[in-house]
Amino acid sequence: MQPASTANQTEAETAPTDLEGLIGRFREALAPESVITDPQRLRTYECDGLASYRVVPAVVVLPENADQVGEIVAACAEYGIAFVARGSGTGLSAGALPRSDGVLIVTSRMRRILEVDVANERAVVEPGVINLDVTKAAAPHGYYFAPDPSSQQVCSVGGNVAENSGGAHCLKYGFTSNHVLALEVVTPDGDTVELGGRARDVPGYDLMGAFVGSEGTLGVVTKIVVRLLRAPESVQTLLAGFPSTDEAGGAVSKIIAEGITPAAIEMMDALSIEAAEQAVRCGYPEGAGAVLVVELDGPAPEVEHTFAEVQRHCRDHGAFEVRVAADDAERAMIWKGRKSAFAAVGRISPDYIVQDGVIPRTALPEVLTRISALSAESGVRVANVFHAGDGNLHPLVLFDGSEPGAVERAEEVSGSILDVCLAHGGSITGEHGVGADKVKYMGRMFTEQDLDTMQRVRCAFDPDNRCNPGKVFPTPRLCGEAPGQRRGVHPLTEAGLADQF
Amino acid sequence: MTENPIQSASEGAFDAFHTPQRELVDDCVHCGFCLPACPTYELWGEEMDSPRGRIHLMESGLDGEPLSGSMVEHFDNCLGCMACVTACPSGVDYGSLITQTRAQVERRHQRGFWERMLRSTIFALFPYPRRLRALRGPLALYQRSGMAELLKRSGLLAKLPPHMRTMESLAPPVRRAPKLPERVKARGQRRAVVGMVTGCVQSAFFPDVNAATARVLASEGCDVVIPPAQGCCGALSEHSGREAEAVKFARGLLDKLHAADVDYVVINSAGCGSTLKEYPRLLADDPDYAARAEHFSERVRDVSELLDELGTVAERHPLPGRIAYHDACHLSHGQGIRSAPRALLREIPELELSEINRGDICCGSAGVYNLLQPQAAGQLGDRKAENVADTGADLLITANPGCSMQIRTALERRGESMPMAHTVEVLDASIRGTGVKSLSER
Repeated sequence: MQPASTANQTEAETAPTDLEGLIGRFREALAPESVITDPQRLRTYECDGLASYRVVPAVVVLPENADQVGEIVAACAEYGIAFVARGSGTGLSAGALPRSDGVLIVTSRMRRILEVDVANERAVVEPGVINLDVTKAAAPHGYYFAPDPSSQQVCSVGGNVAENSGGAHCLKYGFTSNHVLALEVVTPDGDTVELGGRARDVPGYDLMGAFVGSEGTLGVVTKIVVRLLRAPESVQTLLAGFPSTDEAGGAVSKIIAEGITPAAIEMMDALSIEAAEQAVRCGYPEGAGAVLVVELDGPAPEVEHTFAEVQRHCRDHGAFEVRVAADDAERAMIWKGRKSAFAAVGRISPDYIVQDGVIPRTALPEVLTRISALSAESGVRVANVFHAGDGNLHPLVLFDGSEPGAVERAEEVSGSILDVCLAHGGSITGEHGVGADKVKYMGRMFTEQDLDTMQRVRCAFDPDNRCNPGKVFPTPRLCGEAPGQRRGVHPLTEAGLADQF
Repeated sequence: MTENPIQSASEGAFDAFHTPQRELVDDCVHCGFCLPACPTYELWGEEMDSPRGRIHLMESGLDGEPLSGSMVEHFDNCLGCMACVTACPSGVDYGSLITQTRAQVERRHQRGFWERMLRSTIFALFPYPRRLRALRGPLALYQRSGMAELLKRSGLLAKLPPHMRTMESLAPPVRRAPKLPERVKARGQRRAVVGMVTGCVQSAFFPDVNAATARVLASEGCDVVIPPAQGCCGALSEHSGREAEAVKFARGLLDKLHAADVDYVVINSAGCGSTLKEYPRLLADDPDYAARAEHFSERVRDVSELLDELGTVAERHPLPGRIAYHDACHLSHGQGIRSAPRALLREIPELELSEINRGDICCGSAGVYNLLQPQAAGQLGDRKAENVADTGADLLITANPGCSMQIRTALERRGESMPMAHTVEVLDASIRGTGVKSLSER
């Protein structure tokens, strides 16, 4: 595990709260084993998939249905206590990092698939349902759920909604926001509301659009109506070995410039190939400086035609080996290497930071050169895995936490990589979210006014700042800085400088 | 090794003797890929009953948290099925961690009176083939005299404590036991000499499996050496943290079965095989046995693994029928053997092989887990039985005696039944041409 550097919670003044009273309310509403207060048990919830941030929550609750979530959130509102929602705990930006004075609402027991409506191409699921299980339920009918983050075998659909998760195939199919029709949400004051609708278009403001990707700051999702897509008639996958990332990057640009939209184009560099090889023996081309995984799907004649084109572009750009998956088993093997890459890096380094940034695809060679320069200057190894098609980079910054100063050096390199992304007109996160980890970079990407405007949206949903406080935004503004019931009028309002929502 | 706890300098859950290794704990990157693989996470959906959560608890213990009742409860809840090891992309050696932790729990944690009694009873009985065999007579009488039926109908059985009830329900129907010779000659040209480990439960309650193993190996050109009175291999003890006892059994087996005289050591019980392969770790501290353990373990093969390695020579006769193959955890996750048994079964003409949905999740047997944690084991058994019944197969194949007892009992609870056989029994029936009925109507 990564070293425990306890995150700095905003140590704002908190109103005295009656935690015992709140726990009593939880015990009335939930089964005894669904309220966790034992310190050792609580500690197992201190971090999500980003283990370098750790805070032990005051209490963990495991609701089994939407009504219980409503009761929990309403009780939190009544007692003025902050809460954080968590799904499978696989997030990579510490978005589900608990509060030591707050409640952690875990949806891992809400995992029923309530409806699979094949005729209308949709399914209704609870937030704890695992992403891949939606596809498993739809597959017998010839359908699937498109968002496929690498953690799809374990991450929850509720978490996908919070993070607006993507995945390898979002190049062609878009992010979670493109695959959600409606949400049932418990608002921070405990009301249950429906956002969006089962129809394809809903008049009025797109509140569901605001909610998807809000990283748990606007409420707790309790039901999700997802779109199901027809499984494509034909899928073709190839694995191409290149001498270096430059040639591979060139091939990516050419393929897309030619008007081909692959379902996915993924790139891995030599170091990440080495890790994946050790972890899952995926048998990638030996001696490759980079590999591309390209997948095409759609009607068989179209796939057949464009697949030949893709192979040609790969060879034209120096691919020394192009391997085509003959069947589902071989395709799975190709993907296994890519999808296990993050965790597999644990085999070649005791600790690592998974970075997540976005650049325009065309800037790829330049940015990669800059990253290797950063790595050379600092002596910090960086492995690269990316969704090459849409310019979403996942540099993996390797370090050994037991070496003095190593954490700081790694974090510096990791931060500098984001500066490089921003300098090339990119973004500080592609799909992992801001969470607690990237709060400090928000100011590099947005102006004060930008952040204030976003804060107003948040205040409309969560005026008391009780819903996953301290995440996404550097400093809470306008609508109360700290969790806890606000008493009296906010000084800014009093001074006539701000409105209260 | 001594029975007295060795106090470590620092406070915390563990003492200095075989402490769960910090380096192994540090290999976990908290990605959560193990969660959906874990049977107890599947049941309860809570972090501390997941592999990642248990590793987190071990880390707390290393950081100074005491070995509390709640910590022990979550370690005890682990089935040791090793599905998480298969799922883990970071290669965390959970097997070593949980074995080290269980040994610490056994030495340092005082269990309640009834819990202790139950454990002593189990471990005074199961690792002793002779004592198990002595039970066969009374058990057969109990089953055939109508007493079992009477106890069930009178409602008296339902009044027994859950552990006793489980033990009663799991007892397999007793069959006549053919005695195995000490050496079985290879048929045709000899291709290898193999020593056979006969197991405890296997030899007492499933003697047909051992007989079939010897016949199949002989048909495939192996001289089979079967030392008598072998004793237990130590698997049950090791998987329950009874380290000293496991070491004693392991030494005993090494004394009986001289690996030097054979090309391979073959085992047909998945749980035992997994431990036999771990002897070097178990006996690492023993200067007299460490090297022998290494030499021995290199030769250990599950029977399906060996047959697949050697390749088929004996003719297979058709066995028309539909079978479902159940992966025993200690074969698939513990030893990584999944394709060999399937490949062997697919070689049999006219035999159709179905897969069991969610086949990688444990059936709940897990050594003596179903005796110690009857409730969780029962729930897992029910889920497994449902998936097994859904295959609509005529015969269920599994390579572990514990699994077959557990699944048979779970199917009975649903008012269903399915004949069961070990992989080698199917191969034996095909080689001998005795037909599928020889397996399903016994």
